[in-house]
Amino acid sequence: MKTFKIGGVHPKENKLSEKSPIKVLALPKTAIIPLSQNLGAPSNPIVNKGDKVKVGQLIAESSSFISSHIHAPVSGTIAKIDEAIDSSGYKRKSIFIDVEGDEWLENIDKSNNLISDIRFSKEEIIAKIKDAGIVGLGGATFPTHVKLMIPKGKKAECLIINGVECEPYLTSDHRLMIEKGDELMVGIQIIMKSIEVTKAYIGIENNKPDAIEHLTNLSKKYNGIEICPLKVKYPQGGEKQLIKAIIGREVPSGKLPIEVGCVVQNVGTAYAVYEAVQKNKPLIERVVTVTGKSVKNPTNLLTRIGTPVSLLLDEAGSLPDDSGKIINGGPMMGKAVNSLEIPVVKGMSGLLVMPEKESKRVAVYNCIRCAKCVSVCPMGLSPYLIAQTSEINKEEMAEIHGVMDCIECGSCSFTCPSGRPLLDNIRISKNKVGQIIRARLK
Amino acid sequence: MNTVIIYAVITLSLIGVLSAIILYVIAQKFKVIEDPRIDDVANLLPGANCGGCGYAGCRNLAEFIVKNETLDNVFCPVGGNELLKQIGPVIGKVAVEREPMVAVLRCNGSKINSPLKTNYDSLSSCFFAHSLFSGEGGCPNGCLGCGDCVNACTFDAMYMDKETGLPVISDDKCTSCGACVKACPRNIIELRFKGKKNRRIFVSCVNKEKGAPAKKNCAVACIGCGKCVKECKFEAITLENNLAYIHFEKCTLCRKCVESCPTNAIWEVNFPERKIKTADSQTEEVIAN
Repeated sequence: MKTFKIGGVHPKENKLSEKSPIKVLALPKTAIIPLSQNLGAPSNPIVNKGDKVKVGQLIAESSSFISSHIHAPVSGTIAKIDEAIDSSGYKRKSIFIDVEGDEWLENIDKSNNLISDIRFSKEEIIAKIKDAGIVGLGGATFPTHVKLMIPKGKKAECLIINGVECEPYLTSDHRLMIEKGDELMVGIQIIMKSIEVTKAYIGIENNKPDAIEHLTNLSKKYNGIEICPLKVKYPQGGEKQLIKAIIGREVPSGKLPIEVGCVVQNVGTAYAVYEAVQKNKPLIERVVTVTGKSVKNPTNLLTRIGTPVSLLLDEAGSLPDDSGKIINGGPMMGKAVNSLEIPVVKGMSGLLVMPEKESKRVAVYNCIRCAKCVSVCPMGLSPYLIAQTSEINKEEMAEIHGVMDCIECGSCSFTCPSGRPLLDNIRISKNKVGQIIRARLK
Repeated sequence: MNTVIIYAVITLSLIGVLSAIILYVIAQKFKVIEDPRIDDVANLLPGANCGGCGYAGCRNLAEFIVKNETLDNVFCPVGGNELLKQIGPVIGKVAVEREPMVAVLRCNGSKINSPLKTNYDSLSSCFFAHSLFSGEGGCPNGCLGCGDCVNACTFDAMYMDKETGLPVISDDKCTSCGACVKACPRNIIELRFKGKKNRRIFVSCVNKEKGAPAKKNCAVACIGCGKCVKECKFEAITLENNLAYIHFEKCTLCRKCVESCPTNAIWEVNFPERKIKTADSQTEEVIAN
């Protein structure tokens, strides 16, 4: 079975919610929509206090090339445009909407009918994706329309769809593949048309046999889509690792996947593309996994953007008493949230409640030079070395050791027998080296 | 046998003499004539290489002073005015005296004033914590308490107070080199005039939030009410982004603003205790009269 060659770890999967179907979450009383939901520049609000908005109405415009539109996920009145805390506790400008009813814009097709014929040209598709404000739903939130605009002189040869979901606990992509298989396939064909390729691969780890079987059956109906079962290994969902695993090409250091003729999209993004292009529905909701060992009923919720996180936790059976940390994302790459009043944003794939005793960091001992971190690093770096250069503030050394190639997957910290905070140190170094490189380019 | 020894000694001596001649010639040819005053000045400088003067190290500063023969715009914060007075005669210039400075922590968000809302158990680095979250107390501008400034201090003038979770700066040891100012990711530490008898008045807060959210996070936050600005007769206080700032060049240390602050965000340091006028003392005065 295929997988990537260098490094990788296998944390306990703990996919507690893989059997629970996607549930639609009730609307909140107030929706808080942060203006910065994508990688790049935040969007500019185009509504004012007191305006009435309908579901799907544009409320904030993209402000630069790498930026995206934001649409009203609920209908109601704009209460205010003020600062609200995000998952890190910092204040970000957000639009507050008081929810009144559930009134949709007329041109949005709310039905569940499958529309499989694609009647738009390449340019129209990209324009529609841009208008719908779609960003990469795997977590990086890079605006999708930018990714689909192939730079001049480059040519895409194949599309890779990321259905790996290598993070433990998370199951939102898994459920989406099972429940919305047909829509997903049409979405993939739309993306294929927009980047003019005839071949698409869907990479799925073999801990999801039901999804593999379901999509393999479906793919017979659609041309050029191939399902690739992959061996379970973290971080297979990383763009570079997935390309290596599926078509065996290696993306050069500091370059984008298009360099080797690939475009990678998440399954969630492909589904959002289907809804945007075929049903005129902008990105206003997403599937969020709410899970954790002590959570009563771990579940997958179809949630409107802007819903407070506390509502999601209530739906999964209230916050357990022994919870120590609530993590936005998976246990490997996610970050702990600061407050329960933060809203769901486009990039939130899961909410993980960690019990108190598991959430504590282990004691740190000296590095014993076992080189386990070197053997698990999927980018072939030497994490102990970079972490050390970071501790003594030698940024130029860290750059030589390739700190900018780090994908921050956390395999090194996960595997370290001395419990050293390797990734933390590497992140510091990456931050500082990034500043140095940007200053050099100026 | 003897001849072998003699030959060896002679050859080695010849090689030695030859090398000595070559080395001498090269040494003469490539001689670097350095101004001896550079050494004199470098010996006077403290040799801590802290970078507080703006040069990479003490020797670099000495080279600059001697080459340009000037003491304008040059200041060694460690040695201060006395050191410049000593350097003056070496290059034949007189230095302008400067007001001594000291590093000041402009945050009082201790664990008591700004109770913990979240727990941080990652790397003890302010730089890292600042990139991750707003802070344990919730204030997005306040001290993170991980001690980057203490690590940056080469003069042992700072330590972390475990009870408050804030760094403490020793007036006597601080040389105002500015290493902690650079280390702080939130620009909390500032260099201010040391003041007469070490007396200083400053706003001990850098929070730029509006009053209500600021007060929610911290009991002693500056809420930007502007009372101190009205109180100050010397126009030494300005209000910007909901934050009052006392300009130390203009401040006359009259202490009026300290009394006016409703949240006790303005601090007076090293002042004698105020005479409290109680009702009793007033009546006593009246009786005495």
